[in-house]
Amino acid sequence: MKTLQYFLLLAFLGVLIVAVTNLPPRGDVTSPVHQHVNPAGTPVAGTYFIQHAYKDTKTPNMVTVILADYRAFDTLGEVIVVFAGGIACFFILNVGRRKP
Amino acid sequence: MSTSNKELCSKETAMMAPTESPIIHLASRGISPVILLIGLYVFFHGHYSPGGGFQGGVLLAAAILLLRLSLGTSLSQPIMPSWITLRLSALGALIFAGIGLVSILFGGNYLDYHYLPIPWLDPAYLRYYGILLVEVGVTITVMTTLVAIYDDLLGC
Repeated sequence: MKTLQYFLLLAFLGVLIVAVTNLPPRGDVTSPVHQHVNPAGTPVAGTYFIQHAYKDTKTPNMVTVILADYRAFDTLGEVIVVFAGGIACFFILNVGRRKP
Repeated sequence: MSTSNKELCSKETAMMAPTESPIIHLASRGISPVILLIGLYVFFHGHYSPGGGFQGGVLLAAAILLLRLSLGTSLSQPIMPSWITLRLSALGALIFAGIGLVSILFGGNYLDYHYLPIPWLDPAYLRYYGILLVEVGVTITVMTTLVAIYDDLLGC
């Protein structure tokens, strides 16, 4: 059973290594994700944000613009997850303790 | 510190007591404001460099938790009392959601900062300051939630 587990781990490692070696190199301008249009001929999703991010918000950091403006609803969900985690810890850790 | 805080803590444990080493005491009191400053820098510089609400909030929480660890729970109450943490956490989430509701009330979509009621600003700068306000809410929530979890673990 133990050898099977190690074998599975090694096989998974091999899959990961094959997948990583087949990725395009970093900063390769000819890779599909860095093209203006994708192979199907339509604009890539990021094209709009790259072209409009600074004009829309005057914010140089494009990541901030996408996180807090274009995808703000997603960030609101993240904040509520953090808050729900705090509330859950409050209720779980205070079981049996009395607070005045 | 005060009597109300002593009543708030159910019982004093060893983790809540201040450290006996004066070196740790002084060093943490010296380092903590620097971490607070770096946290504020990371938060306010999120528009121009990597950073923003989550990272800045974690750094601010680290500064407060350093004081909690070294000075003990009761001595570090003045910088952030235990009873206020979860309330401030809810306030941060409410700031975020409230800005979305304000932009609905003034005729836009949810979280569309273009419609915030600040008439003397360009639409682009309205979105700039909308992002900043939203990040304030994120920072408050992340910082106070981390402190609240630490306080709950110690039962104070």
